[in-house]
Amino acid sequence: MSELIFEKSKKGKTGFSLPELDVPQTPPPFEVRQEIGLPEVSEPEVVRHFTLLSQKNYSVDTGFYPLGSCTMKYNPKINEDLARMKEFALLHPEQPEGTLQGALELLYHLERYLAEITGMSRFTFQPAAGAHGELTGLLLIRAYMDERGEKKDTVLIPDSAHGTNPASAALTGCQVIEVKSDQRGGVDLEDLKSKLSPKVMALMLTNPNTLGLFDENILEVSRLVHEAGGLLYYDGANLNGICGYVRPGDTGFDVVHLNLHKTFSAPHGGGGPGAGPVGVKEALVPYLPVPTVERNPEGKFYLQWERPKSIGMVRSFLGNFLVALKAYAYILTMGGEGLKRMTEDAVLNANYLLHLLRGHYQLPYDRICKHEFVLSTSPLKEYNLKVTDVAKRLLDYGFHAPTIAFPLIVEGALMIEPTETESKETLEAFARALIQIEEEARTNPELLREAPHNTPVRRIDEVAANRNPILKK
Amino acid sequence: MRYLPLTDADRKEMLASLGMESVEELFSDIPPEVRSPALQITSLSEPELEKHIKELGEKNRDLAELQSFLGGGIYQHFIPHAVDHLSGRVEFYTAYTPYQAEVSQGTLQAIFEYQTLVSLLTGMEVANASMYDGASAVAEAALMARSITGRKALAYSAALHPQYQRVLRTYTQHLGLDLVELPWTEKGQTDLDALPEKDFSALILQNPNYFGVLEPVAEASRVIHERGGLFIYSFSEAVSLGLLPPPGSLGADIVAGEGQSLGIPPSFGGPGLGIFATREQFMRRMPGRIIGEARDAEGKRAFVMVLQTREQHIRREKATSNICSNQALCALRALIYLSLMGEKGFRAVAEQCYHKAHYLSQALEEIPGVKLRFRGEFFNEFVLTLPQEPEGFLNFLLKNSILGGIPLKKYYPSLKQEVLVTVTEVHPKENLDKLVHLLKEWRGGLK
Amino acid sequence: MSVNPKELKYTREHEWALIEGNRAKVGITDFAQSHLGDIVYVDLPPLGKEVKKGETLLVVESVKTASDVYAPLSGKVIEINNALSKAPEKVNRDPYGEGWMVIMEIKDPKEAEELLNSEDYESYLSTIS
Repeated sequence: MSELIFEKSKKGKTGFSLPELDVPQTPPPFEVRQEIGLPEVSEPEVVRHFTLLSQKNYSVDTGFYPLGSCTMKYNPKINEDLARMKEFALLHPEQPEGTLQGALELLYHLERYLAEITGMSRFTFQPAAGAHGELTGLLLIRAYMDERGEKKDTVLIPDSAHGTNPASAALTGCQVIEVKSDQRGGVDLEDLKSKLSPKVMALMLTNPNTLGLFDENILEVSRLVHEAGGLLYYDGANLNGICGYVRPGDTGFDVVHLNLHKTFSAPHGGGGPGAGPVGVKEALVPYLPVPTVERNPEGKFYLQWERPKSIGMVRSFLGNFLVALKAYAYILTMGGEGLKRMTEDAVLNANYLLHLLRGHYQLPYDRICKHEFVLSTSPLKEYNLKVTDVAKRLLDYGFHAPTIAFPLIVEGALMIEPTETESKETLEAFARALIQIEEEARTNPELLREAPHNTPVRRIDEVAANRNPILKK
Repeated sequence: MRYLPLTDADRKEMLASLGMESVEELFSDIPPEVRSPALQITSLSEPELEKHIKELGEKNRDLAELQSFLGGGIYQHFIPHAVDHLSGRVEFYTAYTPYQAEVSQGTLQAIFEYQTLVSLLTGMEVANASMYDGASAVAEAALMARSITGRKALAYSAALHPQYQRVLRTYTQHLGLDLVELPWTEKGQTDLDALPEKDFSALILQNPNYFGVLEPVAEASRVIHERGGLFIYSFSEAVSLGLLPPPGSLGADIVAGEGQSLGIPPSFGGPGLGIFATREQFMRRMPGRIIGEARDAEGKRAFVMVLQTREQHIRREKATSNICSNQALCALRALIYLSLMGEKGFRAVAEQCYHKAHYLSQALEEIPGVKLRFRGEFFNEFVLTLPQEPEGFLNFLLKNSILGGIPLKKYYPSLKQEVLVTVTEVHPKENLDKLVHLLKEWRGGLK
Repeated sequence: MSVNPKELKYTREHEWALIEGNRAKVGITDFAQSHLGDIVYVDLPPLGKEVKKGETLLVVESVKTASDVYAPLSGKVIEINNALSKAPEKVNRDPYGEGWMVIMEIKDPKEAEELLNSEDYESYLSTIS
């Protein structure tokens, strides 16, 4: 069943059809390469191969996907169709602007919608993912500081942060200092104060954070960082918990990145492509990557390449345009009211699910959450079980596992984000499964340790795969 | 709202179980003084949305309507219909990163097959699961070379895609790198003699380069290796790998390029596919996600993410890169495309690109006042020098529904009268003849 | 239960050193290997690498962790256990024997006095576990 496409190859089979060459040949003056080793398979066999492969995947369209901080919401079908329209998919980025007016208009308006939603001034669409946005945002802050002659090279990052935050900071040549979380799961103000200094360029914050908690002290955090001469970076991974309720820009954030593949419904594609547009307050606009999308007084849209203070480019052309198109379609479908309702339902679903699970799993931070929450499986250590065992057993119940072992500050973390596109009935079924698993853990731990039992493959030996990596056929 | 399954009764019941009367109570942790103003975005029904986007689309002129000779990093190639159908399966595109391997074997096996294909195409030992695009892949390759060699000087060709150059400069601007740009020769190749005496971490060449010209790859590799640096081979037209010798056989240490040509539509420049491959000895220094073969508890072959200790979620600021995703769906498209085209089909595409580009260049060269700017051999792109700056000619072509090429002066101020012309297999001979005819006509009108 | 050989010296970061003259053989303790779980890779340092006591000497990796191993003493790496590149599981199986990692030439023999003996190390372990 798990035959590779190469193992289905047989000389003489073809899966393509091209017109015959209709011009005279020019013999190449160089030595043409020998056989590459590409598979030779007919079209029906290719179709069956990949269709069968697809059926070994779990997906949002086939089941509940409560991955914390990943926002696995429903991906609207019309958006997929719109992105396939030849009027967009068959545009070349080097076409004259006069032939691109619709695409530029779309980006122009999407930029303004995102600015309105987040309380920022301008956006760039060049970053291709959230982590790419972080890098871009920090480079913008660095350019801003450098121009002011400020020698700042330290980025503060809470201990609950995603690993991309410190990795991105390192790429901008900055050193990283970790800030502790307090008892309520927010930034520890005393620890923050002790780590602020004139060297601090920025604090990177996810709010709500990876515990799903809104930092109630955000205005104080913002005041402290700004007083120390630093700027505030907003990691938009969790915007789905506050969209329409509070704008990062209004709570003091100077730079934000958004994940269009999370809050704004573009699909994850099994790991990409996503899009991580970055928005900034007015003072940082001059540094945005080139080109920006502008409109002239006659209403014509054009690309502005002449931006002397720009940090340059972080990706070729205008980023993942077709992903931006899906986000645009989503925002117009939801409208302002709908986006607020989206957040309400996401937060209500999370709190309801938390309510159903309270008492069955350890809850390290018991307060109102936003769109996600974190449980701990550490009491199951008693039965020699790890969080992975709980996750794998969930697969047997037909659910995808939550994000596990993250954030690092909670031992054996299960980070659960239901999103707004799940029904009450689904949440209840999921809660029943998790409660049942907790019982199994106590009565029959082997069942968890050997899980999953009814998936396309059984538990995978990752140790062997890593000791002797085989990366190709 | 059709995407939201909760009914009003559900909401009420759920709130009641939380001891709440209003959903507002769930947001009591947000300071009242920073509550968002009501967003002024009007919602559209599904038919209204469709109409609106179609109207926007009508303001574009796409490559189905226009005959395009644009390339320069993004290429129009024929894409078999099965690519759309298969990559459009919801099980692929609505899945997440394959963290739970047991229920992600579809994505995992596909990426494993993709990595195998990249290794075959490039002649390299190991490949990753893909990067954002060719430009960022080159920047990551530069960072990797610096980390392997511990050297700060980096040489790259001025004929590397100008946007790749810009991304490279942006990525490295705070890392204390000494970037050295090598000029091009009269043939349009990188001038290797211009390489100064320095301890270079690497030399980056694109082949074919931005002008379409084939670089002296083996020579470049020898020169940089003699100095103890790595050789980074980049490309923006992946179809060239169907005809040119594999970079691995010419001494490349890292291959970083753009795979958009392999079954991905031009898409206004994105999404694309950053291809990345290297030698086995550098495997643990490679950025990005990597899939490996494994066995499950019953001994069945399976696939799983491996070597994750290189990555940001474990190594944080010490990671090889901050990248946390790949372009999985684009990699899948490339895999399906190459599976369908197979050895013969992919070779045929590469040959057609080559022969059609040469047929066109020969015909254009015969027009008085028009010449090829560079004498170097090329694959499917070439630089044409016109008798004057190209705007007039390109506008004339556009009136005839033709996109004639990329005027180069926006990237290279010295190339005022030059246009980059790209030919792929999508053009029947009559398109090529028409372009020749129109250039003659325009040329005649100049007098 | 005592598994930590008496002839070795230990650090609070769970490295051990077998000191013979101006040389020290270095590895990680049984406690460390069981804590890390299945080790999949040992990133050995290049020969000749010079380190100060307490600096990162090398990195050991399990599937989901990468842990620094610190130099118990200052000195130069003069030999590495190449067998670990093919068989990192030796560190799990035999941390004090076949699972050794490097041999160092010791720069300052006095530093050895600061290391723990097996009894002190075990009482230290009892305070942290």
